[in-house]
Amino acid sequence: MTFIDPKSAAGKLARPEQKFDLLVVGAGPAGIAAALAGAAAGKTVALVDEHPVTSGMAGLDVPYFFGGRASAALTNQARMIEQVAAMLPRLDEVFDAGVEVMLGVSVWGAWVAAPGLETLPCRVAGLATDEKSWLVGFDEVVIAAGARDLVVSFAGSDQPGVMGAQALYALLTRYEAFNGRRLVILGSDTLALETALLALDKGLEVAGIVEVRAAAQGPAELVSALQERGVAFFAGYAPVKAETNVEGVVGLEIVPVAGGEVKKITCDTICLAIGLVPSVELLDVLGVPLVMDAEKGGYVPEQKITGCITAAGDCAGIAGQDLAYRMDWMRVLLATGGNGVLACTCEEVTRADVFAVNPPAYLGPKPAAMENRDLRTLLKDGPVDHDQMKRLTRVSMGPCQARRCREQIAMLLAIGAGTGPESIKLAGYRAPVRPLSLAALAATDDSPDWDVWFGIGAQWVPYADIGTARETEHLTRDAHL
Amino acid sequence: MTGASVVIIGAGVTGLSTAWWLAREGVDVIVLDKGVIGYEASSRNGGGATHYQSPLFHEEQRLWPMMDEMLGYPTEYRPRRIVVATNEAHFAAYQRITTVLGRLGYHAEILDAKQTREAVPLAGETAIGAVHIHTGGQANPQRTVQAYAWAAQDLGARILQHTPALGIEMAGGRAVGVRTAEGIIACDQLVVAAGPQSGTLLRGIGIELPIAPARAEMIVTEALPLMPLGGVDGNGLYGRQTLRGNLAYGGGWHEWMDELPLHGKMPRQSTPVLQHLSQRLAHLFPKAAHARVIRSWAGIVENTPDGRPVLDRPANPGNVTVATMSSVGFGLSPAAGRALRDLVIDGKCSFADIDKLSLARFAGLDPDWRRIQGWVAPSSFNSISQSQAA
Repeated sequence: MTFIDPKSAAGKLARPEQKFDLLVVGAGPAGIAAALAGAAAGKTVALVDEHPVTSGMAGLDVPYFFGGRASAALTNQARMIEQVAAMLPRLDEVFDAGVEVMLGVSVWGAWVAAPGLETLPCRVAGLATDEKSWLVGFDEVVIAAGARDLVVSFAGSDQPGVMGAQALYALLTRYEAFNGRRLVILGSDTLALETALLALDKGLEVAGIVEVRAAAQGPAELVSALQERGVAFFAGYAPVKAETNVEGVVGLEIVPVAGGEVKKITCDTICLAIGLVPSVELLDVLGVPLVMDAEKGGYVPEQKITGCITAAGDCAGIAGQDLAYRMDWMRVLLATGGNGVLACTCEEVTRADVFAVNPPAYLGPKPAAMENRDLRTLLKDGPVDHDQMKRLTRVSMGPCQARRCREQIAMLLAIGAGTGPESIKLAGYRAPVRPLSLAALAATDDSPDWDVWFGIGAQWVPYADIGTARETEHLTRDAHL
Repeated sequence: MTGASVVIIGAGVTGLSTAWWLAREGVDVIVLDKGVIGYEASSRNGGGATHYQSPLFHEEQRLWPMMDEMLGYPTEYRPRRIVVATNEAHFAAYQRITTVLGRLGYHAEILDAKQTREAVPLAGETAIGAVHIHTGGQANPQRTVQAYAWAAQDLGARILQHTPALGIEMAGGRAVGVRTAEGIIACDQLVVAAGPQSGTLLRGIGIELPIAPARAEMIVTEALPLMPLGGVDGNGLYGRQTLRGNLAYGGGWHEWMDELPLHGKMPRQSTPVLQHLSQRLAHLFPKAAHARVIRSWAGIVENTPDGRPVLDRPANPGNVTVATMSSVGFGLSPAAGRALRDLVIDGKCSFADIDKLSLARFAGLDPDWRRIQGWVAPSSFNSISQSQAA
């Protein structure tokens, strides 16, 4: 019989009550196809989707950049579940196939055994609603988590009414809970043009399409279709300021990139549609190697299949994304908006703070020695590192878990370091990948043999008492629990 | 060939503090690290600075209040700690801390339930009492490691990131350099403060440092209104409320690991243990139960067989100083760096007796000690069990 350290994690985590041959995360087209294929192959299948998210999660821009434009309909979760279920493609097939469907349930982590992680009872995923969390086991997992919005900032973009195209699409089609009337769309590639067309089809007004490059980027037929419907294009313009009142956006100021008169467009919503980002957070937690793909929206899994883990749909890479286009936007926003604009709204870190590697405001005035430290001096020690910038400036450390700033910070770091964004290492994702409360995440089973540290009694014996009669007394009556 | 009077392997908190203490006296120092400074457990820990068990305790207490000024960069140090009891067994145990501290000449006071709730606004009905320690404190590990690095650089120290040590070069019975992919970095004196990798590096020159690496985890919540005192432990947790307001707490089950590679990505997953950390934190601070957990950390730390540090410059080869704090290094780092400076320059710690932290105590250690103590990676004991069953 082998002796096992009783305070270690070995054997501690309980085997989940539920286990599935196949767990599918995300009930978009890719996830549903994977679930149906699994069921057809005779597997037990669970299909989990976090939609509809609660109003609390939407307020933290989970998973999309809702920007405060989700309507009060989200507060009725039961009603929203019916609504979202009704919009699922091939729903009848999924139920007929015996797939267990969980809507309004988020997946905040998933783990498979790896070097240094050998204490799992089986392959497990952490599931949660806003109220509780639980684990389910699986043999195989398909991550079909889709994509989220690429967010870049300008003055006032932290106010309600500035949102992302993915969020708008979800609110208009799946939730039917969009709280806006008149939009300005930022970007003019296919994503932006399709977003504008959808808005028009849903009876909304599109007050303009703003593009920093000299001409509209998307297919000519989409451009002319929008022009025929009276949509104005502002190519060669940059958004510089969202005008707001207490309810949020009431207009957008734009300025010619080459310089000139500011124009004002009246609107209640500004929709960022310059790019999408693969939702790779669960893949990162699972330990799947990620690589930068400049044409697929950012970091994507190196391979679609890694052992028992499959990445499917947009989270495996999004066609038609262009990193150079994003960088053009970032450079123009920087040139027209300046360094005072917030780069991370949660922690109120400006672009200037990023470039100067400023400590957070709560520390008071910057110490004299720090005046000589900035991004360029940091570069002398090695490549710029987003994770290191997080701990120095608190950028990307807020409750939105960097959904709103991650890519923008990487682009700013690339600009500040004089390198390309593809050279900026991905800041690591950590469970829980959704911001769940302590009460919701709390385990419901016991934590036996718990110790505040390793449970090594000798570690806490006061030095003077080591090797004396008192040592035994300390070892038998541990003060360090 | 690059080189320095003193080369330190490992830009963790111990190595960086040592470099800073040496650089303060004009000693030419190079610190090398396989990655970014303080990237492992040195920046992923509870930030506590109250280690009454250590011979370095007095110096720890003396130095921390001065560190911001001495370094020139902020550490976010704040004094004092409170240990909240949520059951009678814990309360009885915590009260023994007052005795231990009293013997050392420090004051700690016992709070009743009402006083505890007043002193710790996030505590609630679960708190039955507390011990308020009028010494010790907490600092921000991430900011502190950077402060050491910058302060050392300001004094001329060189820090080579992304430069894994691959081995130690010996000549004439002495360590003469560190082998890296870019070549040898020459030294007169060498400090091995490479954390879990120290054992492998030292074995290469015939020094047996018994250590076992393990992963430990912490969780971090969103920011909450600041409590008057952020250094609050209890209910089987250590941690702090940061000056930003986040609760950063750890404790509980660790996972032993096999020997780690000298370079490459470290496995450091956080796991579903975070559910248990959440449960305990919500119980310790019922008024924070609504707080959202926004990330988790896992760090890999090493422990010696008795859990105590090794701070030693063994006679053979004579110019290699061995430094492991055995999983309790952050808070003691100001004092540990000074002790290591003394060992390197003078051969003896000038301000404390640290003789019981020498390597010699492990001279008769059973080579199979990890298995005997049950400190092995699960895959190791699984394979043992299987072979026994067969």
